[in-house]
Amino acid sequence: MSAVFTPGTGPQTGRTWLVSGRVIDSKSGLDAVRSVLIEDGKIKLVREAPPDAGERENARVIDCANLLILPGFVDLHVHLREPGEEGKETIETGVRSAVAGGVTTLVAMPNTKPVMDSAAIVRLVQSRGREAGLAKVLCSGAITRGSLGEALSDAAELRDAGVVVLTDDGRPVMHAGVMRRALEYATDLKLPVMIHAEDLHLSSGGAMNEGPVSTRLGLPGVPAAAEVAMVQRDILLAELTGAHLHVAHVSAAGSVRAIRDAKARGLKITAEATPHHFTLTDEAVAGVPSGYPNAPAGIPYDTFAKMSPPLRGESDRQAIVGALADGVIDAIATDHAPHGPLDKQVEFGCAMNGITGLETSLALTLSLVRTGELSLLAAVDRLTYGPARALHLPGGTLSVGVAADVTVVDPERVWKVDSKLLHSKSKNSPFLGWSLKGKVLRTFVDGREVYRLEDR
Amino acid sequence: MTTDSHSGRTGEQPGVFPRHLLDAESLTLAQLETILTLAARFKKERAAVREVQQSSQSVPPPPQRNLLAGRTVVTLFFEASTRTRSSFETAARALGAGVIALQKEGTSLSKGETLADTAKNLEAVGVDALILRHPFAGTPHQVAREVKVSVVNAGDGQHEHPTQALLDALTLREALGDLKGRTVAIVGDIAHSRVARSNIHTLGKLGAKVRVAGPRTLLPIGIEKLGCDVMHSLDAALDGVDAVMALRIQQERISDARLPSTRDYSRLWGIQQRHVDRLPAHAVVLHPGPVNRGVELASDVLDGPRSRVMEQVDSGVAVRMAVLALCLRAITPAEVAA
Repeated sequence: MSAVFTPGTGPQTGRTWLVSGRVIDSKSGLDAVRSVLIEDGKIKLVREAPPDAGERENARVIDCANLLILPGFVDLHVHLREPGEEGKETIETGVRSAVAGGVTTLVAMPNTKPVMDSAAIVRLVQSRGREAGLAKVLCSGAITRGSLGEALSDAAELRDAGVVVLTDDGRPVMHAGVMRRALEYATDLKLPVMIHAEDLHLSSGGAMNEGPVSTRLGLPGVPAAAEVAMVQRDILLAELTGAHLHVAHVSAAGSVRAIRDAKARGLKITAEATPHHFTLTDEAVAGVPSGYPNAPAGIPYDTFAKMSPPLRGESDRQAIVGALADGVIDAIATDHAPHGPLDKQVEFGCAMNGITGLETSLALTLSLVRTGELSLLAAVDRLTYGPARALHLPGGTLSVGVAADVTVVDPERVWKVDSKLLHSKSKNSPFLGWSLKGKVLRTFVDGREVYRLEDR
Repeated sequence: MTTDSHSGRTGEQPGVFPRHLLDAESLTLAQLETILTLAARFKKERAAVREVQQSSQSVPPPPQRNLLAGRTVVTLFFEASTRTRSSFETAARALGAGVIALQKEGTSLSKGETLADTAKNLEAVGVDALILRHPFAGTPHQVAREVKVSVVNAGDGQHEHPTQALLDALTLREALGDLKGRTVAIVGDIAHSRVARSNIHTLGKLGAKVRVAGPRTLLPIGIEKLGCDVMHSLDAALDGVDAVMALRIQQERISDARLPSTRDYSRLWGIQQRHVDRLPAHAVVLHPGPVNRGVELASDVLDGPRSRVMEQVDSGVAVRMAVLALCLRAITPAEVAA
């Protein structure tokens, strides 16, 4: 297997036919064998009949029989680490990892060094993203200056620079009064606010989920209540202010209940969940193999199983899967968080939180389809139109006339997660050594085939 | 994949003792019996030597003197400790091993190297065993994955302290005989106690019933899944027990709002003479030390006839001798049984 990356800027001129693949477009509800014509970077045509001989002339023709033709994935939660921690990831390596995982649009988190709390940093990240010429890099902006949870950042400046959401991701805004004003200010700007829900007093000192596993391993625990309390607080504040609240990386059943209830009451609440939270439980920290088919046993105190929020219990995992199925959780987002050896090959208690995820997200999502926990249409929606709709972003659909961001997937392809084959600069994945089913073969951005997997 | 050397679980190789002692949880009953048998023998031999020395006759060489001759162990302590470290060092010297004592401040991270770097550097020095104490749970497991030398856990965070549980088991057996069907209460700060976790595993395997008790702020969720009963009052915990083990209360528990004060703690959970008077006549009192006099144990209880606290210290050296001799394969389980 070798990966071919073809960066570029602006729409690709010319015509490409993707012939007779299973096209799934959750925005229109389409799930059928279709052929797709891409012309000058846009979706020109989606139709049942394959192109005839005349149409094939002067066009690139790609046979997609037995493959899925999907809208390019939209990942709302990616840490690109640049500027500041280029040893872990750069924008260029990050977007390589993204398109290799089928992601054509991503939202970069603001916890760079310095924090993305000014237009200058945002423009830097945007321009590096454009130069990389692979996935579309959208920026979030910090809610508070320096993400310190105190003074509001210049949110109008951030919005005018193109920021699509405000978040202090990695940290909560602990001060409820500051959060209330931030939500009000963001509402004037029509910006959603994404929360990393964690009551720092309840989570204080914790290294994994609090429960029987943390007790057995002797690791200090973070109770699920640390997340649920903040989700509930911020739902109340969203109700008070009329703001659009987006709950990042939901990990606890109690959060799911709170979000379900808030949505039922008509509040503007959206939410995302990560592949690791719907695949693994806190048993992974003890090295117990997960229920995933043929998952290898891990190792006890594996720092690749350490993240925030932590992996939770099986009932939490099931609640998240259920919420993905019924749409209470709108989006699958990776929380791709690259870390190097000095962050992870250390004592569990002082290891950094987070794992990489861009390249394993699709296969882990499809496994929920195979177990019958999620329909294929819902799975595709949570990777594509679900996240686009949640934060009002372009993309996530194959509607005629939109930018041709397209991902071609072989759902049956089995591959082994190997650190040498991953494109992220960091290799901190708990799925290393796993055999996964489902692989991205081609990724198109604005009609350009930016990524292709060659193996034959 | 978990391998033998990763987890220390080598029970499936009969006759070969595990190279590492990482936790009591993964010790088999047969391995426990081997350690305790050898430790009891060492303890007796040490007592005999002491007796001869005290009678000021010419001192015969202790029989175990040369088991680890030419070997070197390092005590690598990332946490302050006097009794555990000196106990291990005495044990190693009693077997003829050389000892390097390293006291480290902070973690590997604070020195800008990974855990593997730290461990491999020590391995390269040429030591045969790393006796590791660390404030973070799991560090001995992580180190054992990186090195070929023996790793002995001398206490990791709130996880385990296997040699402490072994010395408690030896002490209890000497006081009570077979532990099958005996009941042991562990009282105090269960949440932060590696001693409690190791004892639940060890005493349970030896057939004892273990109860844990303490204020709810110091009882970790799901502790009963390790194989113990949970009690919420001292009277319930002590009812009919054959032994009670009190755990140390750290001052930190007041600053992190787990306890109002040691005074208030001892009002509810301090073991007084009146509690001991209600125990069966053969019942004994243990404490891993150091004791806060008048907090976990009343002074008269600590100094009284039921107390086995000093006996525990003596058992500690013998148990650590046995663990080092077995993990370094100076003696095989078959030789111990013979």
